[in-house]
Amino acid sequence: MSQPVLSAGARQPTEPVPSDAAPGRGSPQPGAARRSARRAAEISLYVGPALILYVLFVLLPIGLAVYYSLYKWNGLGPLTEFIGFDNYRRALDDEVFRGAITHNGIIVVLSIAIQGLVGIGLALLLNQRMRGRAALRAVYFAPYILSEVVTAVTWLLMLQPDGLVDTLLRAVGLGDLIELWLADTSVVLYTMFVVITWKYIGFAIILFLAGLQAIPQELIEAAAIDGAGRIQTIRRITLPLLGPTIRIWAFLSIIGSLQLFDLIWIMTLGGPANASNTMATYMIDRGFQRYEFGYGSAVAVILFVISFVVALAYQRFVLRRDTEGALTRNVR
Amino acid sequence: MTRQMVDYASGPAIGYRTRARLSRALAYTAGLMIAALVLVPILYVALGGFRTTGQLAADPAGLPDPWVTSNYTEIATSSAFWGQVGTSTLIAVLTTAIVVALGALAAFPLARFEFRGRETLYLLFTLGLLFPISVAILPIYLMLRDLYLLDTALGVALPQAAFGIPVTIVILRPFMRAIPGELEDAAAIDGCSKFGFFLRILLPLSRPALMTVSILAFVGSWNGFLLPLLVLSDPSSWTLPLGVANYSTQYSEDTARILAFTGLSMLPALAFFLLAERRIVGGLSGAVKG
Repeated sequence: MSQPVLSAGARQPTEPVPSDAAPGRGSPQPGAARRSARRAAEISLYVGPALILYVLFVLLPIGLAVYYSLYKWNGLGPLTEFIGFDNYRRALDDEVFRGAITHNGIIVVLSIAIQGLVGIGLALLLNQRMRGRAALRAVYFAPYILSEVVTAVTWLLMLQPDGLVDTLLRAVGLGDLIELWLADTSVVLYTMFVVITWKYIGFAIILFLAGLQAIPQELIEAAAIDGAGRIQTIRRITLPLLGPTIRIWAFLSIIGSLQLFDLIWIMTLGGPANASNTMATYMIDRGFQRYEFGYGSAVAVILFVISFVVALAYQRFVLRRDTEGALTRNVR
Repeated sequence: MTRQMVDYASGPAIGYRTRARLSRALAYTAGLMIAALVLVPILYVALGGFRTTGQLAADPAGLPDPWVTSNYTEIATSSAFWGQVGTSTLIAVLTTAIVVALGALAAFPLARFEFRGRETLYLLFTLGLLFPISVAILPIYLMLRDLYLLDTALGVALPQAAFGIPVTIVILRPFMRAIPGELEDAAAIDGCSKFGFFLRILLPLSRPALMTVSILAFVGSWNGFLLPLLVLSDPSSWTLPLGVANYSTQYSEDTARILAFTGLSMLPALAFFLLAERRIVGGLSGAVKG
């Protein structure tokens, strides 16, 4: 079913002949202006509804967040107390917020490194003819379908002191590793990373498997005929060809890690002592719990700018290679 | 059947058959271990709901003994649970209907018309992929308040649909683009209007892509937390995720009850997933490849 998507852009859309098209196009004829107005109206009839909804609930609120961020405001009274960039200064000076940014950064790095490696390794292993592969794939994907809330509540109960996790660790002789998973400030972020990995690793595996299956078998056979070993084939053929998939997955993973909210909010509320705060949990806490709408908006804008800059940089320096059609890494 | 896949690459020391068998054994071991790690939490919830909190505290890893069904039956007969299932369904259906209808309409000219500013418009939509709803949530909340949409299904569905528009268009546009122009010409010759072509030819042919975007929108809405949390303050209008989150705080002493509630609330998502697995996986990989 992905075939048509794959061949996207392979052909340019043809311009259907409008029934009322006049000959001699290009010359400014009396009907031309009216026709182009009609055409604009037609296009806006199609695009308009989506555009209105999108502008109203996506673009406008982001603009409004920028506007609110310049005020000290509790979200209720009139918007009068203009304070310029004070909210931004306050946020960037706040150790708690800087800690939250660091936490997001740690999750980004860990996700790419560990989920990426595990995901690619498993996909390579599973990309051979074996019975039950489809079932395994379905199992891996199940946590991705469960809501963040269900995931959070499940793990919250499993991680209770002397709960399932502790019991299982003791059963396999790893009782010494037991920590106060969610109550120890030096552990909680890594506990959260394990939960995040449980929920999202299946997504990575499925993507990588799909990417592997799109690699022409002939290339791998040709490499074998040329005497390449298995490791060499993976290094020189498989991984480079999987590159675009890996880079897109990494992009989604980075953006997701920067915007992390639901799991943390339900499991720890950013605690204990802010040790698992993310930018988003900090923002909701200040904005909605403490009614600092202006300050919360400034935090939202900072979160937005960071995501946006990261995304643009990634697009510019990493994904660009894919659009240029370069398949091999380290080419220059 | 005779075609070996990666196994040509075996060295001379051991035959590729042995090697293939070894690597398959390794794959099974690793695959099953990961599967166990994935399944243990789900089984813990499902089985835990059949135990009592006392049993759970005494032996967290044990099996139900005896099996207790009262947790499940109490929840399955409570109107609060079914009310939440109903609300979640209503909101997810609304969201999906809005996002697919508007997204398909918008993707049509973006895919098949030639006009100035088309790529700019497309870029504007795709930018939305980068905007997390949390950034916009404070102003959205205030707007919904002013529009009297707080505590309504529409108040959740409209912003959810708006945030789903980008991915819908990104998936639909290349799909609609790839449908041959000859079909469009033929339809025009037969006297079909553009809208007729869209409705009678393009939409039916785009069904696989439409299915994918529907599933993404439905699952996204069904799992939504932050927006419903802020918009739906009245417990009688809560969605299932809100119900689960609240239940776990309300009965924090009674682990077994929470497990039963969580277990039941997993069922619709898992059932839906089993029905639509191929579509979800195929759609995601298709979207990434495109």
